[in-house]
Amino acid sequence: MILLPQLVQTTPLLRVSGLHKRYGAVVAVEDVALDLYPGETVGIVGESGSGKSTVLRLLNLEEPPDTGTYQLDIAGYVADNIFALDRLRRRELQLRHIGIVYQNPHHGLRMRVSSSGNVAERLIMAGERRFATLRSAARASLAVSEFPLERLDDLPARLSGGMQQRVQLAKAIALKPALLLLDEPTTGLDVSVQALVIDTLLRLRRERQIATLIVSHDLGVIRTLSDRVLVMRRGQVSSAGLTEPGARRPRNTRIHSN
Amino acid sequence: MKLKQLAHARQDYSYGFLDEFAKRELRRRMLKAIALPGYQVPYASRELPIARGWGTGGLQVTLSLAGPRDTIKVIDQGADDSVNAANLRRFIARMTGVETTDDTLRATIIQSRHRIPEERLREGQVLVLQVPDPEPLRHVQPDIAKARAMHADADYAQVWLGLYEQLVRFGRFMNGASYPVIVHNRYLMSPSPIPRWDTPDLHQAAHLTLLSAGREKRLYAVPPYTDVRPVEFEDVFFAVEDQRGRICMLSSARNKFMDELPQPDGSSRFRISDTGYVAKLLKPDQAERGATYYDDDGRFYIEGFIKNNTAV
Ligand SMILES: Nc1ncnc2c1ncn2[C@@H]1O[C@H](COP(=O)(O)OP(=O)(O)OP(=O)(O)O)[C@@H](O)[C@H]1O
Ligand SMILES: [Mg+2]
Repeated sequence: MILLPQLVQTTPLLRVSGLHKRYGAVVAVEDVALDLYPGETVGIVGESGSGKSTVLRLLNLEEPPDTGTYQLDIAGYVADNIFALDRLRRRELQLRHIGIVYQNPHHGLRMRVSSSGNVAERLIMAGERRFATLRSAARASLAVSEFPLERLDDLPARLSGGMQQRVQLAKAIALKPALLLLDEPTTGLDVSVQALVIDTLLRLRRERQIATLIVSHDLGVIRTLSDRVLVMRRGQVSSAGLTEPGARRPRNTRIHSN
Repeated sequence: MKLKQLAHARQDYSYGFLDEFAKRELRRRMLKAIALPGYQVPYASRELPIARGWGTGGLQVTLSLAGPRDTIKVIDQGADDSVNAANLRRFIARMTGVETTDDTLRATIIQSRHRIPEERLREGQVLVLQVPDPEPLRHVQPDIAKARAMHADADYAQVWLGLYEQLVRFGRFMNGASYPVIVHNRYLMSPSPIPRWDTPDLHQAAHLTLLSAGREKRLYAVPPYTDVRPVEFEDVFFAVEDQRGRICMLSSARNKFMDELPQPDGSSRFRISDTGYVAKLLKPDQAERGATYYDDDGRFYIEGFIKNNTAV
């Protein structure tokens, strides 16, 4: 696997190897290995059914893999195979350190709960019991994802697709996760709305430097947002490489200076 | 010696109607429920000559607890004289031979639907509450198996999310009766459809409360001197129904839980819902009156426990 040379010395935030998952006769993920460095954004592309979403679901601990090791360089979890944690610690890790945005907002949002409530839920789960704090934290997080704040308390069902994705994003980053998983966050949006959401993601990347895995069909999206790209085919990573240097933001220097 | 001499004389019913095995099972479940405050213990709800939904859960608990020396009070929405209460009382008395009473202080077992009496219960008394729906997570998690996993994990975030939504949409908590509580800092519990006014009565109560749902086949308990806290935010508080300004049309008393009686002219009159207590107010010389949970100015007896008792 090709890595940015200056990143080689740092410990990866995320290290996955030997990941397998099958559903009956369907092999969804086969022997996938993957490293993700702090502050880095890695894109995963691949045809439909190649196992991209399954990889993200496994990393978000939504279901167990058949085999695989998963290490995260997060205090308290360093020595663990994340897949082997007990249910409560898995839930704790998922809550506090992983954020996810799904292509379909129905997976990521409660449609009968206000937008701010969707974001506040993460803080409630983390134990916050002051209404004023929940309110201001939800507002702050929605502001970061550039959600129109006058619609703060609207139900997601009444929002446009782009706004729904912003609510998902605000929810994902509400607890300042170490790892952000984006599963086709812009697919299905109008091209112009897509561009705006991508702008937000770029800004977020610049300001927060959360290690991010982004899945997309759209090579253009991947090229704009990620440092490296993995190509998946039939459940396997068939190739890996840097995204075109010319198209990327100048990130290397910043990571180097860390 | 003949077999006939060894055996009991034939009886039409077992003592307390339920057979001995059923009563023993129920008592064991109650002990388990007491050991795990607020935890819903499943039990085999027996058939009774009363339809499910008419207090059979509470009835089974009462029938398996009652002995000949008990004195029983049965109320429905605070009233001793409602048809359902009278019906249950008569059945219990016939099957167990217990004495019955309207006086909260005299009763050893009080079976109730939707109310806790105004007079403070004391050590040794048992309050049996009839429960239509024991699951406080029902409206956030309709899947019972998942709801049980949430109880196991004490995963109650969604309850506070519900409170958040109520504040955002309506500016106040909208739960009426069955206001959910956390028992002993652990389990979320439905106190049965008692008004919010009665909910604080369960906190650090001297008596034992047993709650039983006959149709849902679950019973649970609040042992004496156990913490029972209504769910609320640290900066927005649980509130009881506002009874200020309401005057009982029978006794002229205030600051007790009132039934509202709409009048033909559109106004309302009020009457204390606890009929046993009204009777005492009307005949002060005939019965001893106990200390109440709320004093005549509407202050709850544990100071500071209700942080907001002025809201609607
Ligand atoms: N829960 C499941 N049950 C059965 N099969 C599944 C399940 N989830 C995924 N699969 C199968 O695993 C394979 C990989 O699916 P996955 O959703 O990961 O693909 P993908 O790369 O995300 O595709 P797309 O680009 O269409 O979203 C597919 O063949 C799919 O049918
Ligand atoms: Mg997919």
